[in-house]
Amino acid sequence: MRRSTGFMHAQRRPGVVASVVHRLSGLALTFFLPAHFLALGSALSGAGKFERFMNVTENPIIKVLEVGLVTSLAVHLACGLRILAIEFLDLRERTAATIAVCFAFALASGLLFLLNIQMGLS
Amino acid sequence: MGHAAMTGQALEVRIWRGGEAGAFQSFSLPTRPAQTVLDVVTEIQRGPEPDLAYRFACRVGMCGSCAMTVNGEPRWTCRTRVAAVAKKGMLTLEPLRNLPVVKDLVVDMTTFFEKWQKAKGVFEPGDAPPADFAIVKPDSAERQAADRGIECIGCGICYSACDVVAWDRDYLGPAALNRAWTLVNDVRDRGQAERLAAVVADGGCQSCHTHLSCTKFCPKSLAPTYAIAGLKRAAMRAAVKGTK
Repeated sequence: MRRSTGFMHAQRRPGVVASVVHRLSGLALTFFLPAHFLALGSALSGAGKFERFMNVTENPIIKVLEVGLVTSLAVHLACGLRILAIEFLDLRERTAATIAVCFAFALASGLLFLLNIQMGLS
Repeated sequence: MGHAAMTGQALEVRIWRGGEAGAFQSFSLPTRPAQTVLDVVTEIQRGPEPDLAYRFACRVGMCGSCAMTVNGEPRWTCRTRVAAVAKKGMLTLEPLRNLPVVKDLVVDMTTFFEKWQKAKGVFEPGDAPPADFAIVKPDSAERQAADRGIECIGCGICYSACDVVAWDRDYLGPAALNRAWTLVNDVRDRGQAERLAAVVADGGCQSCHTHLSCTKFCPKSLAPTYAIAGLKRAAMRAAVKGTK
């Protein structure tokens, strides 16, 4: 029989959850950035190519991915600001509450973006 | 579950036996009023298992020697009541994580204390210390920063809880860095440049991922995470000033 591993238990701790979400959202953004630069770069070859690229983003699947992207960006921003506040401003936080605010901000950002898409479609 | 409700019920205890390789051994004990986890281990060692290895000394939360992993979380067992941590009448006791197991519940603390030395967690009086007492005002910012981290008992709970220590064996760990931070704030100390160099080297304060596990589990309610953040700020100030 094996001894229990620390990280499995650690998953319940808010600081660890925030750290994992912060890193995963950062990874998600690295997948987005090449596509973003590719889109901008396509404009160098003329408006037609850029427009064709933009038409791809009208695909509903891409729209759903964009909501995820905005949420990832917001959660990465909020978690990053939290770490900066701890390290540079000596913020002594109530960890669970602060992280809940970060996640709520990200979720609200994602939902607002979704609402914006809905209004654009209607 | 309250103490009265638990008293008299059977307590199922699983204890790690052996070294790094080993197995859990199960025991059934009666619960008792105000029983601590250390009481449980002692009852087993003085009863059915005289060769059960574990450490304790003061039994009152001062010496830091009785830390173990209790139901998956590192705790000081002399101040942890069974009623507060038993889950459905079950206790699982293991040695601290991130340190080599000597036998049963005893770990080898050598690396832990070697890292205190490596972090220059030792007062450095300099070549010509003043003959008279230094006057340190209790309300000075440095004194208050040192006060916040000074009550460490060296139990190793933060070191055991730290995920970064588990991933990077060279990481100095929360206790050593917390001690270094108290000395960074000691105006009498004359070894600041060497200490800062030690704590910003590989495996130093910049390796901390701010998981806050050390701060969550410290039985003395210290906050090594914020001490490490202080070291990061000190390193940043030194970098901006161009000092080594």
